[in-house]
Amino acid sequence: MREAILEVIEKARKTAEERDILINTLHEIQRMFGNFVPPEAIEVISEELKVPLSRVYEVLTFYTMFSTKKRGKYVVRVCESLPCHVEGGREIVRALKEELGIDFGQTTPDGLFTLETTSCLGLCGVAPVIMVNDEYFGNVTPEKVRELVKKMRGDAR
Amino acid sequence: MKPITVLVSVDSNSVLLGARHFLNYLRDLVYDHNLGDVVEILETGSMGVYPEGVIVSILPDNVFYLVKTEEDVRTIFEEHILKGRRASRLLLDEGKVKSSVEIERLTQETRVVLKNVGEIDPTDIEEYIARDGYFALAKALQMRPEEVIEEVKKSGLRGRGGAGFPTGLKWEFTAKAKSDQKYVLCNADEGEPGTFKDRLIMEGDPHSLIEGMVIAGYAVGATKGYIYIRGEYYGSIEILKKAIEQAYEYGFLGENILGSGFSFDLKVRLGAGAYVAGEETALIESIEGKPAKPRLKPPYPPTYGLFGKPTVVNNVETFVNVPRIILNGADWFRSFGTPSSPGTKVFSLVGNVVRKGIVEVPMGTTVRDLVFRFGGGVEKGRQLKMVQTGGSAGTFIGPDKLDVPLDFDSYGKYGVSIGSGVILVIDDIHCAVDLALTVMQFFEHESCGKCTPCREGTRMAVDILTRISRGQGREEDLELLREIAKNAGEASFCGMGQSVPVPLLSILDNFEEEFRAHIGAERCPVGVCEFVRTSKKLKVK
Ligand SMILES: Cc1cc2nc3c(=O)[nH]c(=O)nc-3n(C[C@H](O)[C@H](O)[C@H](O)COP(=O)(O)O)c2cc1C
Ligand code: SF4
Repeated sequence: MREAILEVIEKARKTAEERDILINTLHEIQRMFGNFVPPEAIEVISEELKVPLSRVYEVLTFYTMFSTKKRGKYVVRVCESLPCHVEGGREIVRALKEELGIDFGQTTPDGLFTLETTSCLGLCGVAPVIMVNDEYFGNVTPEKVRELVKKMRGDAR
Repeated sequence: MKPITVLVSVDSNSVLLGARHFLNYLRDLVYDHNLGDVVEILETGSMGVYPEGVIVSILPDNVFYLVKTEEDVRTIFEEHILKGRRASRLLLDEGKVKSSVEIERLTQETRVVLKNVGEIDPTDIEEYIARDGYFALAKALQMRPEEVIEEVKKSGLRGRGGAGFPTGLKWEFTAKAKSDQKYVLCNADEGEPGTFKDRLIMEGDPHSLIEGMVIAGYAVGATKGYIYIRGEYYGSIEILKKAIEQAYEYGFLGENILGSGFSFDLKVRLGAGAYVAGEETALIESIEGKPAKPRLKPPYPPTYGLFGKPTVVNNVETFVNVPRIILNGADWFRSFGTPSSPGTKVFSLVGNVVRKGIVEVPMGTTVRDLVFRFGGGVEKGRQLKMVQTGGSAGTFIGPDKLDVPLDFDSYGKYGVSIGSGVILVIDDIHCAVDLALTVMQFFEHESCGKCTPCREGTRMAVDILTRISRGQGREEDLELLREIAKNAGEASFCGMGQSVPVPLLSILDNFEEEFRAHIGAERCPVGVCEFVRTSKKLKVK
């Protein structure tokens, strides 16, 4: 695994200026592990990029797209900004919480779903919008998100 | 050129409506019928609207269709392409879609920024070049850097990221700063809720942005540039990276550009989900691999920016205006818009409006025109209750202010902000208290926590608004909210906290009665907020 992490770092270094590759590297590493950055990787990054451990953690916790905790197989993000809110966003949030049985920031006991909020995704032309991992869904309704969750549950079996 | 050209509008919004799938299906149909020599199928950027389907246009007939299913694609293919007659069932309904606006825009040439968006294939640099792409760069490289700055100054171009600072002046400061290294940064963080113009510009016409940045580099003496883009904008990131690659291949980036001796390198850096990263010094911190917390100003980026070097930071739309100005001249640019805010503005129309999407109009266009003429009015035949202009950090206004012309002065003059160009239409089933709460929750969530007036002020505002929305508001709450807003506005460290009073005071002032009607009442006057009876209240009764 160390090898794989080093490879990502080497690739990032090629486009590096000075200290400007930490965030791009964290994105890559997070993708490699699915949807979080584990402690082992954080140590390697800190050593290789010569950034103090505390700084790497500080960055990981500051930005909402990163996680140091393992998240569900599907990370479901709902837009809570006004443009979605005035187009029925509240009902979408309610439907998701009910269907998944969890609140924001939690993961279902079967490890399948993590529910998070996101601010505007810039897809307001088709609001309300949700995101599952890196896929977007627009013009959603409570029925549609329930169906989507059911389908993902089925796929995972 | 082939006799028939079909343009399919593919962008991050329309893809969710099936655009890419329809495009491939149409390609298959053409291929199966051996019509590859007759029909050209092109992907183009946003056509500006999303009427619950994908827009397909056929040239030279200039017909627009709305496609929702594979069946619709087949119908257009069989009727229009094979038989040469219009598939009337799928024609764009004029009332619903702004095809009339499209034509108006094309004939009046108010498409300055969006000139190529929805017209060219963004993944093909040659299409850009064929429409005068990189001509402005060639022209600029034959001018002296001071002349380029002078032209931008004369044009009166002001930053489109929200603050409206004169671009030429910013460049001049940076040019005058002495340093061995300078940088040009593009702010493509686009975090202001409801804004998606930068996304659609980058997806529809990435080379205009690159060209604008290289010209900026030449003007201020910078040889390196970065585009800082939101981490969630996957589609735009891909298109930009590809465009940069092509620009290197064709010699518009890299060493000795067009034989001028000037060199410029451009890279993409990703954000990771933080609204405050859009503040220019926070953005710089983020590129340096730190949490996006704003720096103390002054010094400003033109003297002390990325890695401590002089740095120009501009918004995507600002840069895209630059090649147009260099090519057509400052006087031409000033022929659009208002004397204090020349040029056009790309607005994002969102919320309960019939035609959601982006539209480019001259500065000084009224809110009414944006909502009704370009937006087609309120959805579902409901009444307009209010409009939030400028984004979450913008102003809430009632119907009485619809005739205010929007430019960079409209906030100072009329209390209506242009901000990043959002027009959020809100109909009469929504409640002012609930809206204020949602906006303040956004601010609370995005506050970076560095200073107290913003961190604690937004938290307190959320507490008070929550209380009011539960039917437990107190008489003194409105005054408290006003005080918090004023305090955050005056004492916050950066533009984020400083802008708290803009939405909060405007909604309190313009909808005070509705707030009052929540206090001491039995239920929400609009029927949105869910009142909770506290045990204390029950005891009293
Ligand atoms: C909290 C906050 C968020 C901001 N977000 C953005 C943004 O997403 N995009 C942007 O271009 N400018 C944003 N700005 C404005 C930038 O600080 C800066 O003024 C702008 O990038 C300058 O470019 P311009 O002169 O071309 O507008 C933001 C400012 C603040 C205070
Ligand atoms: S005003 Fe808010 S966002 Fe800006 S520095 Fe202070 S806490 Fe951070």
